[in-house]
Formats: sequence, C-alpha cells, structure tokens
Amino acid sequence: MEATTLSLIQLGIVFFGLGFLGRLAGRIGMSPVPLYLLGGLAFGQGGLVNLGGIDDFAHIASEIGVILLLLMLGLEYTAKELVTGLKQSWMAGLVDLVLNMLPGIAVALILGWGPVGALVMAGITYSSSSGIIAKVLADLGRLGNRETPVILAILVIEDLAMAAYLPILTAVLAGVSFLGGLTALGISLAVITAVLIGALRYGHMVSNLLDSPDRESFLLKLLGAALLVAGLASALQVSAAVGAFLLGIAISGGTAENATRVLEPLRDLFAAMFFVLFGLNTDPRSIPPVLGVALLLALVTSLTKVATGWWAAQRQGIAIPGRARAGAALIARGEFSIVIAGLAVASGAVPGELAALATTYVLIMAVSGPVAARYVEPLVRLVQGKKPEPAI
Amino acid sequence: MNIEETPLPGIGVRRELRLANGRRVGVVTHRDGQTELILSRMDDPDACAASIPLSADEAAALGSLLGSAQLIAQLTAEQENVSGISTHQIMIRKGSAFAGRTLGETQMRTVTGTSIVALLRDGDVIGSPRPDAVLHVGDLVVIVGTDEGLAAAAAILQSRL
Repeated sequence: MEATTLSLIQLGIVFFGLGFLGRLAGRIGMSPVPLYLLGGLAFGQGGLVNLGGIDDFAHIASEIGVILLLLMLGLEYTAKELVTGLKQSWMAGLVDLVLNMLPGIAVALILGWGPVGALVMAGITYSSSSGIIAKVLADLGRLGNRETPVILAILVIEDLAMAAYLPILTAVLAGVSFLGGLTALGISLAVITAVLIGALRYGHMVSNLLDSPDRESFLLKLLGAALLVAGLASALQVSAAVGAFLLGIAISGGTAENATRVLEPLRDLFAAMFFVLFGLNTDPRSIPPVLGVALLLALVTSLTKVATGWWAAQRQGIAIPGRARAGAALIARGEFSIVIAGLAVASGAVPGELAALATTYVLIMAVSGPVAARYVEPLVRLVQGKKPEPAI
Repeated sequence: MNIEETPLPGIGVRRELRLANGRRVGVVTHRDGQTELILSRMDDPDACAASIPLSADEAAALGSLLGSAQLIAQLTAEQENVSGISTHQIMIRKGSAFAGRTLGETQMRTVTGTSIVALLRDGDVIGSPRPDAVLHVGDLVVIVGTDEGLAAAAAILQSRL
C-alpha cells in the first residue's frame, strides 16, 4: 500500500477510536485524557496493533496540540485576574509549590534519575489539572461555594508558575549549563512581566490586531499568531508552549471569548493527538514495574494537595467541610503533567521509565481526582458523625 | 443591602448577599453570560444547597417577580375596572426637593388628588405609608390617580431644591 494511503487509514482508525473513547468519557462524566492515553498505549510500541504510518503527522500535530492547550489556558484568564491572584494568594501558591514538588523530586532522586529527572517529576506532581477541576466544580454545583475562589486562585498561580517553569525545563532538557538555565529563567521572567504589563495596558491592541468579524480569517490569524509566537519563543530558548500561553493572556475581552469558541474544536483534535502520541510512545510492558511507585506517589501527592487546599481554605476562615472540599478538588492531575513528561521524553534526557511512571500516575490521578472531589463531602460527614442532610 | 462581589478567575463572577437568617443567596454570572442562582446551605454556610442554571429570560422574569413589578401588576389589575385611574412609580432622585422630608409635606392629595399607596425602599415594600413617613433618595413612590394627577405628582416629587 502507498504510504499516504496507509497513513490515512491509520489516522482514520485512530480518530474514530478516540471519538468513541471521548463519548464513553462523557457518558461516565470523566475527563477523556486518561482514555486517550490508554488508547495510545493500546496501539503503540508493544501494544495490540502497531501504527507506524502516522509518525510524522502525529509528531507535528501533537506539538500544535501542546501550543493550543497553553494558548487556551492563557485565554481563560485575563492579565488582571493573574495579577490579582498573584497578589492575594502567593502564600498559598508557595505552599502548593513546595508541598507538591517535593514528592516528585524525592521519587526521581530515589530512582536515580538525577537532577534533570527530579526537575521533570517535580513539575508532574505539582501541576493540578485546571481543566478537570473547573469542570468538576461546575458539575458538582460548587461555583457558589466559599472555598471555590480559593481553589481557583491556586490554579491561577500554578498556571503562572508554569510560565516560569517551562522555560527552565526546556533549557535544562536541552543540556545547557546551570548559568544557561538561569539566563533562560531571566529572559522568560522579563518577558512574562512585560507581557502582563503590556496586556494590562495595551491588551486591546493585540486583540484589535487579531480580531475580525469574519470567522475564517479570525481563525487563520489566531492560529498563525500562535504558531509564530510559539516558534519565536522556541528560537529564543523560551519554550514554545509558554509563548502561546503569553499570547493567550495578551488577548482580552470579547476577542478572547470568540477565540476560545473558534479554537476549541481544533484544540480538542490536536490535544487528543498529543495524548495519543504520548501513549503510543510509551511501552505498555514498562508500566507494571512502575505501578507500585506510581500508586505510592499518587497517595502521597493526593495528601499534599489536600493539605494545600485545607491550609489555604482555613486561612480564608472556611469551616472543616469546606477545607476538605478545597483539598480534594485540587487532587486531579492531567494534561500539564503529560505536557511536561512529553517535553522531557522528546528531549531524550530522561530514562524511558519516566514516561511509564508519568502515564500511570496521570491515569490514576485524572480518575481518582474527580472521584475524591465528589465523595469527600459524605466522608467528612461520616467522620464528623453527622447525618446526611436533605438537599435544601 | 451589601452585595459581595467575588471574581472567579476563568469562570466569571459571583455576586451574593447575606440574608437576615445568615444564608447567602446570589448569582454566579459565567463569562458567556449564563447565570446560576445560588443558595447556601443551612448546616454548612460555605457550601451551596442549590445552584440553579437560569437562561437570560428566566433570570429576568425571576428578577422582576422579586422586584417591584409584582406589586405594580397587582395594583394595575385591581384598578382595571375603574376607568381613568392608573398606577405610576416615581423615583426620589438625588437633589429632589423632598428627599429627607415627610410625605405630608408634599401635600400630594390636597394639590393633585392622587394617593401614595406604597414606598419601595431597598427591596422592601412599605404599604400605605403615613403622612409622617420620611422620603429617602432612591425610594420608589407608588402613586394611584388620574393621568393629570399623576403628571402633577411627578412634577412635585421631581422638583429640585
């Protein structure tokens, strides 16, 4: 069979299968990310079927997927929200960072993956999935709860922290010296500050430049700008993904809303490809050996997130059930842990087991996070010895 | 009434007020304009007993049910049989000559022949106010009378210092 024909057939099978997995995820009310990963595992190296024909496309598609994930994350928040969040909740953000990076660092060092592996694992265990958590809060009707702003503030800071973390990670993975890493951090912090200030003052200019009443030209301008900024950021050694994130922040107001609407289907398509490719490149046979470590890590980092949420909610004068809800809501990890692991694996600077551990870990956390958020409330009632109350 | 506003980054904004019984009731407005009515729980005031998604029309209808429109509708219905009589509501604006003065001082009935049947203040209804009731800036004065009488009443209440 001709190569293109084979690619088309294989790609068709992959997307068709993902469609069913996505539907299944929607039915049982969970994030599709773990199912995409499982789908990738099933078809990859050592999996059920081997798909060799789509490597080239999958590679560039998954790069675009990461860029779109970060761009949409930037679109979620306005520069004002980021600055306010940073001012009001930086202490909670710091507690979150320390408590949740330490377990990742410890695991990497114990397994002998060295400082680079430790930096990667720190990011994987640190970043909660804002996508999963925002959806869970809305689904459980908790947007009116008093602990919800506390949770969202922590997510905002985590996302800002990503903007500083990813450039460092990119530099370190590229094998630059400690000094080079610091330079990358310096450049990215300067750029982030400039973008935040610029977005506060001149955000409407970026929006005006991109905005267009015509949906088609709007989409092309947006996508073009995102890839261009990501590419330029990459050339400056400041991770492509962060470039896209900053562009997202700079786009504001109604333009941001329209951009979200226009880009959503593209993001779903390319991000799905990214998760599948990550699964494809992970050998399922490498999972059983790391399963024990992954479970232990999942348990520890669930507790550290609960502690973070508990502490932050307590500071806002929220009672015990609310503190428990805040803690449990933060447990879910997802897309960004995989983005970090993906960057690391692609660079070849970390051992293959890291990919297996990251996959297993995210599979556990993306599923257990929403479950924990749902059942923490009856659990607290049980512990406090209260009878379940009627709904109103 | 003190309305507390809390930004929800990435989602929208929450506006709520605390009721006399300690409950919070409010509205979550999503970025895309969708609204949710929220009501806190009795046993756990941090949590919500209900969060009810409302369409724009539903929210507007509920708002006017809760507001003055209900009273006006009732008065209008009652006067349908009496021809030539209608109901009007007039706001006491800042700088009005009667802000801070009593109803009696307006000499409304003597001059215009209309009746002041209610005052709406901060969402409360003060029915059949007595002549010694004091008018505040922001009060809605509900008046019943003939069209000419109502026009004259509006002129009095809106006259400036």
